Amino acid sequence: MTDAVRPLSPQRRALNPFELLARYGTVLALVLLLLFNLVFTPNFATLQTLNVNLTQVCTIVIVAVGMTLVIATGGIDLSVGSLMAISGALAPMVFMSKLFPIGNIYLAVALAIIIAVGVATLLGLFNGWLIARFRIQPIIATLVLFIAGRGIAQVMTNGQLQTFRVPEFQFIGLGRVLGIPFQVIVMVILVAIAAWVIRKTVFGRQILAIGGNERASGLSGVAVKKVKLAVYAISGFCAGIAGLVVIAINSSSDANLVGLGMELDAIAAVAVGGTLLSGGRALIIGTLLGALTIQLVRYTLLANGVPDSAAQVALAVIIVLAVWIQQRGKSE
Amino acid sequence: MNRVHLARIAGAYGVVLALALLILFGYLRYDNFLSPFNIMSVLRYNSMFALVALGMCFVIMTGGIDLSVGTVAALGSVTAAYASPYGPLAGIGAGVGVGLFVGLINALLITRMHIMPFIATLATMLAASGSALLFANNRSVPVSYQSGFTELGQGNFLGLPIPAIIAAIAFILGWLVLNYTATGRGVLAVGGSEESAKLMGLPADRIKTLVYVASGGLAGLAGVILAAQFGAGQPIEGVGWELFAIASVVVGGTLLTGGVGSVGATLAGVLLLGILFTVLNFENGLGWISLSAYWQSVIRGAFLLIVVILQARLVPDRTVHQ
Repeated sequence: MTDAVRPLSPQRRALNPFELLARYGTVLALVLLLLFNLVFTPNFATLQTLNVNLTQVCTIVIVAVGMTLVIATGGIDLSVGSLMAISGALAPMVFMSKLFPIGNIYLAVALAIIIAVGVATLLGLFNGWLIARFRIQPIIATLVLFIAGRGIAQVMTNGQLQTFRVPEFQFIGLGRVLGIPFQVIVMVILVAIAAWVIRKTVFGRQILAIGGNERASGLSGVAVKKVKLAVYAISGFCAGIAGLVVIAINSSSDANLVGLGMELDAIAAVAVGGTLLSGGRALIIGTLLGALTIQLVRYTLLANGVPDSAAQVALAVIIVLAVWIQQRGKSE
Repeated sequence: MNRVHLARIAGAYGVVLALALLILFGYLRYDNFLSPFNIMSVLRYNSMFALVALGMCFVIMTGGIDLSVGTVAALGSVTAAYASPYGPLAGIGAGVGVGLFVGLINALLITRMHIMPFIATLATMLAASGSALLFANNRSVPVSYQSGFTELGQGNFLGLPIPAIIAAIAFILGWLVLNYTATGRGVLAVGGSEESAKLMGLPADRIKTLVYVASGGLAGLAGVILAAQFGAGQPIEGVGWELFAIASVVVGGTLLTGGVGSVGATLAGVLLLGILFTVLNFENGLGWISLSAYWQSVIRGAFLLIVVILQARLVPDRTVHQ
């Protein structure tokens, strides 16, 4: 990769076909997928299909939003799946009063959410600390919690399934507001905030500046370490919330499974969405579209009788193509 | 002597020292820790990881990464299981062949399409996993017990486990290539600075192709041993192997930025992380404490943490200039 400073805003000049494809390819792919499904997949245009797809894609998008910010600084976060497992293991322990007795169920649920998400955020901060303080490469620094994090969640629960039926908590995953699933609202809010932060705030500009050229941005007064700490903490925060959504939907928490493989799903969504892994760019809406595309590809193939394993191969091809087109669009 | 050299030496000798201390600890604390049976089973089981880590070591020395090794091993175990009725050589051919093929795809994606190694091998990781499940029909594939194929995983030769012998040969070859051939020097040069390597006239793309193909082939070979050892091709095995391999390589002092590395220290890294698990089992056997198997990942993670912090303190500037 080159380490030239990338412009913060797209330059205005004639677009080549690859650039057009790179910019609108994901939208185009989504539209094509929708058209295909409308024609070929039975019962596609129903509210139920929409709900199934949205609820399935929610957790990926929530995690991928944090991942987008991390990747925009030129980093990566492999620990998100493990942090989801920790958050998912902690919350039931709190609201089922396994750690300490709590009388009021609303208070218990509130505490559970705060503690679970808080711990995930702190662990994200720990990732950021390793990366900013010791200058450990992000992939290795977050590998530590990738390996240890799931182990911690398993040790906390002794590897056992925690089942529960607490409607007050499960509203996160099963509740609806005006007919819209609650987690979809959470997702939309997170996406909106992140997109606003990237476009309109100094912090957002600093994230992009660090990803573009860390040294130059440090020399021009950006507090590189603080920004890095913050993005990894945000990634941990997002993973914490996603963990809660998953266990709320499942009515149970299995430390062996919650968030398994999530880091790859999220990274794939970010890459398909047009954020380059080398940093300096953050397309939050792109990430949302990327995750939706991947979900819709999977759904389309499954709904038309293609086995999940073949869908995986198709997904691999799509990721490579998407990244390749974006690189062509950028380099020319 | 500059700090990078210092880190390399500290990494290489540090990990050997830590390994020696761990073995000494085990020997003093537990009966039978150094019994032939225990040594053989540790070597037999960890030879698969050693092969994968060897390939990863070369990839990382060029400054790249190969996330596909785990699922390639799974895919290799499936194809090897199908070929197992025709004998051990057919099994090896099928497993290694499919590994080489995926490795070649990785190399083409990286050198021709200029896709970053992380993304390219992430995609082939998914593809290999999907292919393994497709070929195996979502089940494990039993191997033939009549053809002698299972000897590759379960057999002994001159009293040593055959998979360990295979791994040892691979490591000796790897060590020779790295230290005594132009290719080996080229690997380190490309990892040190690809630009400079190209300007010096080194065939950087060919070297990169070579390491990814080798990594795929070794992962396929690990899959052959997996199938032979457990009597079945296992399409869902191999999850997380790539990260275990990366951890072993890093514990062995090889820097992820490339340009520095040691084959021997990587082997020590694999054994260290593997023997930690054995020690945990023996400790539980004593009955004083009862740590569940879940602790092994916590301990491995903590171990990795200590190593990377030590490395970072010894080479404070390295990552910044990358």
